[in-house]
Amino acid sequence: MKAPDDLLYSKEHEWIQRESDIATIGITEHAQKELGDVVFADLPEVGTTFKVNEAFGSVESVKAVSEVYMPVSGEVVETNESLLDAPEKINDDPYGEGWIIRIRLGNPTDLETLMSSQEYSKYVEEESQG
Amino acid sequence: MTLKKTPLNALHKEYGARMVDFAGWEMPVHYGSALKEHFAVRERVGIFDVSHMGEIEFIGPGALAMAQKVTSNDVSRLSDGQAQYSAFLYPQGTFIDDIVVYRISDQHIFVCVNAANREKDYQWVKSKKEGRVDILDNSDSYVQLAIQGPKAEAVLQELTDLDLSSIQYYGFTFGNVNGTRCLISRTGYTGENGFEIYIPVEEAPSIWERLFQVGKPFGIMAAGLAARNTLRLEVAYCLYGHEIDETTTPWEAGLGWIVRLGKGEFIGHDSLEKLKEEGKQRKLAGFEMVGRGIARDHYPVIVDGTEVGQVTSGSFAPSLKKSVGLVYLPIQYARIGQPLEVEIRGKRVQAKVVETPFYTR
Repeated sequence: MKAPDDLLYSKEHEWIQRESDIATIGITEHAQKELGDVVFADLPEVGTTFKVNEAFGSVESVKAVSEVYMPVSGEVVETNESLLDAPEKINDDPYGEGWIIRIRLGNPTDLETLMSSQEYSKYVEEESQG
Repeated sequence: MTLKKTPLNALHKEYGARMVDFAGWEMPVHYGSALKEHFAVRERVGIFDVSHMGEIEFIGPGALAMAQKVTSNDVSRLSDGQAQYSAFLYPQGTFIDDIVVYRISDQHIFVCVNAANREKDYQWVKSKKEGRVDILDNSDSYVQLAIQGPKAEAVLQELTDLDLSSIQYYGFTFGNVNGTRCLISRTGYTGENGFEIYIPVEEAPSIWERLFQVGKPFGIMAAGLAARNTLRLEVAYCLYGHEIDETTTPWEAGLGWIVRLGKGEFIGHDSLEKLKEEGKQRKLAGFEMVGRGIARDHYPVIVDGTEVGQVTSGSFAPSLKKSVGLVYLPIQYARIGQPLEVEIRGKRVQAKVVETPFYTR
């Protein structure tokens, strides 16, 4: 399973990449695969503030709706509007062009609760066995 | 509860299927991409294992009379080798099941029923048995494959000496597929040209594999339940448990054409006659989303601030690049162009009533 080393991961299968006080959030390779072909993405308004673990949007496949949760608290500063016309980017490039939102970190210490790439890979493995 | 498995279960897993519970069966929902499978059927050819469907046979001198009594369509209008869409109805005129009736002869009627209703249907029909007829649940004796799409005929023709072009729409015949005698019918649930074949269980895995070999140059794909659902929804075919059930009548569902009141007595006849005179209060309507969002099953549908119905089937429609759905609406709100709102997880999103089928080839 692909999970880049420079990202942090949540138990809800979001990834986050920090660049100073701004961070980018998306869903993982594993999450997009579980979901199947993404046909719709619902994005939040720029300027909205979310708490940790709060749903900030949803991605939908042919069969299912999946909420996307904040791995950390923060304020939305940008959304990936190209997903409105091309939601399949979430399947094709979940860690790149399939990013979902950028936020200003509310509390950088939130990051400490997240998993490293190695920890996340182990978590997914255990989850699929359980 | 242990899920039932079709004889092709192991093959599906080998082909990369994601399996789900459907009506107590472990069935493929997709083999990697429901969208690609959908487009394979619309543009080329796809193959579905639909062995979870049941087969009930009426055999004996009383077979035709029995079928006339328990089904709503007119079996006497069929020649041997013709099939028709029909229904088993309760006396009050609502659906026990929607079915396909195959007239093999006046002494042998073969009925394809929904997986979820198989036991209920069988018990019902047996309890209404009359005359010299045996009623058999032979569901475990057949594998049913649906080969659907513009290239379906070319693919299946590779495995049979029978001239498939001689089979009309809703016609069927017995013929060899890969050397095995099967019932071959030009029917389907996708809105595309195609065939459904009923195969003896033992021969099914080899026929499935052969279809893939000969289908390869045509771009054949295995297709799962997710694609089956988007394909049938685009052409607004009813699905039992969604558009039709024990609370809905053929009149409301837009299935008046499978009811032949003039054929004589059948179970449900008198209620349907009465309901027809009274006129319907609601009807099944198609809608598409105007605002952004996907309407899904059970979402509330609102007119002027009041909930007037719930989505019976709703999905993104891949061939239309739109979200569409079906809903029972009070007849005053069921006209084309009627503005609606669909409540999508707490948010009301604009929609409107449109013509069905949503998709035509």
